[in-house]
Amino acid sequence: MVKKPSTERIFHGIGVSPGVARGKIIVCSIAEEVVPEYDIAPEQIPQEIARFEQALITTRGQLHELQQRIATGTGSTASSSILDVHVSITEDPALIEPVMTRLEQEKRNVESIFNSVARKYVKTLAELPDEFLRERAVDVQDVTRRILRNLLGHDHLTLSDLPPNTIVVAYDLSPSDTSSLNRQSVVGFATDVGSHTSHTAIMARSMNIPAVVGLRDLSQHVRDGQSAILDGYSGTLVVDPNEQTLFIYGQLDAKRHSVAERQAALRDLPAETLDGHRVTLSGNIELPEDVPALLQVGAQGVGLFRTEFLYLGRKDFPNEHEQAEKYFQVARAAKPHSVIIRTLDLGGDKFHSEEVTPTEINPFLGFRAIRFCLANVDVFATQLRAILRASAEGNVKVMYPMISSVNEVIQANEILEQVKFDLRQEGFAFDEDIQVGAMIEIPSAALTAEMIAQEVDFFSIGSNDLIQYTMAVDRVNEKVANLYEPTHPAILRLIRGCVEAAHNNGIWVGVCGEIAGEPLYVPLLVGMGVDELSVAASSMPRVKEVIRRLRFSDAQELAAATLDATRSRDVLAMLNALLQRIDPDVVS
Amino acid sequence: MTSPQKETGPSNSSRASKECTVINKLGIHARPAALFVKVANKFESDITVEKDGEAVNGKSIMGLMMLAAGHNSKLRITADGHDAAQAVREIEQLFLQKFNED
Repeated sequence: MVKKPSTERIFHGIGVSPGVARGKIIVCSIAEEVVPEYDIAPEQIPQEIARFEQALITTRGQLHELQQRIATGTGSTASSSILDVHVSITEDPALIEPVMTRLEQEKRNVESIFNSVARKYVKTLAELPDEFLRERAVDVQDVTRRILRNLLGHDHLTLSDLPPNTIVVAYDLSPSDTSSLNRQSVVGFATDVGSHTSHTAIMARSMNIPAVVGLRDLSQHVRDGQSAILDGYSGTLVVDPNEQTLFIYGQLDAKRHSVAERQAALRDLPAETLDGHRVTLSGNIELPEDVPALLQVGAQGVGLFRTEFLYLGRKDFPNEHEQAEKYFQVARAAKPHSVIIRTLDLGGDKFHSEEVTPTEINPFLGFRAIRFCLANVDVFATQLRAILRASAEGNVKVMYPMISSVNEVIQANEILEQVKFDLRQEGFAFDEDIQVGAMIEIPSAALTAEMIAQEVDFFSIGSNDLIQYTMAVDRVNEKVANLYEPTHPAILRLIRGCVEAAHNNGIWVGVCGEIAGEPLYVPLLVGMGVDELSVAASSMPRVKEVIRRLRFSDAQELAAATLDATRSRDVLAMLNALLQRIDPDVVS
Repeated sequence: MTSPQKETGPSNSSRASKECTVINKLGIHARPAALFVKVANKFESDITVEKDGEAVNGKSIMGLMMLAAGHNSKLRITADGHDAAQAVREIEQLFLQKFNED
């Protein structure tokens, strides 16, 4: 192998939005401002006051502008109400008056005095006993830093004025940072911290551009203007790529492009095997705005609408009206196809849980999803009301996450019936026969699928968590990630058992985890009898191609053979062999 | 900050006061505080909010947040000025509406 010139550097993180971007880096630094400090003459005081007032006015103007952009653009309502708080802070007499008083007393430049007042508030707030309020220290810091920058005449972390083909590098990006983002200029995001559910990840996926998070201290090691390749598939950022890397990516690109064109042509054709077995191919979405992109790649509806975005990045719970509006939006956009709305699945890797419940030692085994909902019936009922109201559109289904036993399904259904009763009394239209589903993602649910099947209209197998819980492996932990095996005999048996239980009880079963979008596993799932695959928009074309090149009888044979295998790697070899035979281009 | 002993000024000036209970679940965090201030600022009256002997300016979002008024805490709202009664009424309404939360 050719030795790489020392200029190229590769950073490894977690790919949270697929795709490859080439561009120039812009680092959005959040480093502390350096604030000058000097004495002033008494006659300079009015001048300092005028500067301070001007900075406040400028800041309010910027915040109002941000709000407007959010209102017309894609920002969430949650971030708009955060900006309300920010505007309020710029008008706060408790912030302004001490600055005026101390200017008179101390006769120092206004930025040094303002900085000292602001820091005192941030510190006091950060030490409050109430966890919600403590978190607000960030808002005070955010807005006072903005005022300070305006006082100093420094440029903002402004993402509105970026050159084309920018890869944004930051420690982390908050909704207030990205609300001003000029989406046309940005081709990718790379951040030091974050996860699949952080703001950056969600936004990148909805913008359909690559993003890599968890790059540790990347932002300290790169500078503006460096060229880079951001690979959202492998979770890497190559800075100052050398000739060889550029060549490799160039070839990959050309190949991906021609394959993508071929697959895009299948858009309007059904997901049907060569011998006429049809599978429903639907998509997973995070935001209502994701629906058009999904339909554009030929999805037959929304197989998983995650509703967490409504709850993230805020301290209160969204009300019924706010939720219903979003659910209606998705239901209408998805027509004539259907939408499966998953009820609140917070907890575990979803950071909000730490704000509503004390930090847990083991959040993945803790108080989350349906467990949280059954203990907070008002929060749950509010969501069910909103979902039911949207069901008046006639194409809405509801699904409960993290079911571990049939009792939870029965309890949830009782609440659903109560909510239906209330809506009937109040004269709201809704779908009386709304289909109800259970996520099967905990082994205890998979093993009692026969019982659960009697209480629901469908199953959706959440393979990511099912594998994680069955194998006792956190796949984000690199030391054990190799134990995360979708082809482990235990997993195959659990999936097979769910499908049989569903079909024995006359209900259908889907898979909405990542394996549904991986060409390698598609023949196996189809062969096991899975009726629906719900995948990310970006995986849709290749999954459809695999199905259309597959013979159902071969898939069934494959599924039967894998159940006899004793080792994961033997199963993998079978899957690879079949895929190689029918669609070598998609073999990764 | 308004002192509770403040003189009632000219003849059209008055004082109104009311104890309100925080019934929204998350208490007076940032968003409710912003709403409170927005309403308080509509009035010319000075508005004071008191909790457990600690009083803050009702037109200061940070002051309100510092009170750390959680669920079920009791706050005394006092307004001084010609529109005091109306101010207290509207602020009380915010509490009753749970600051449009829950």
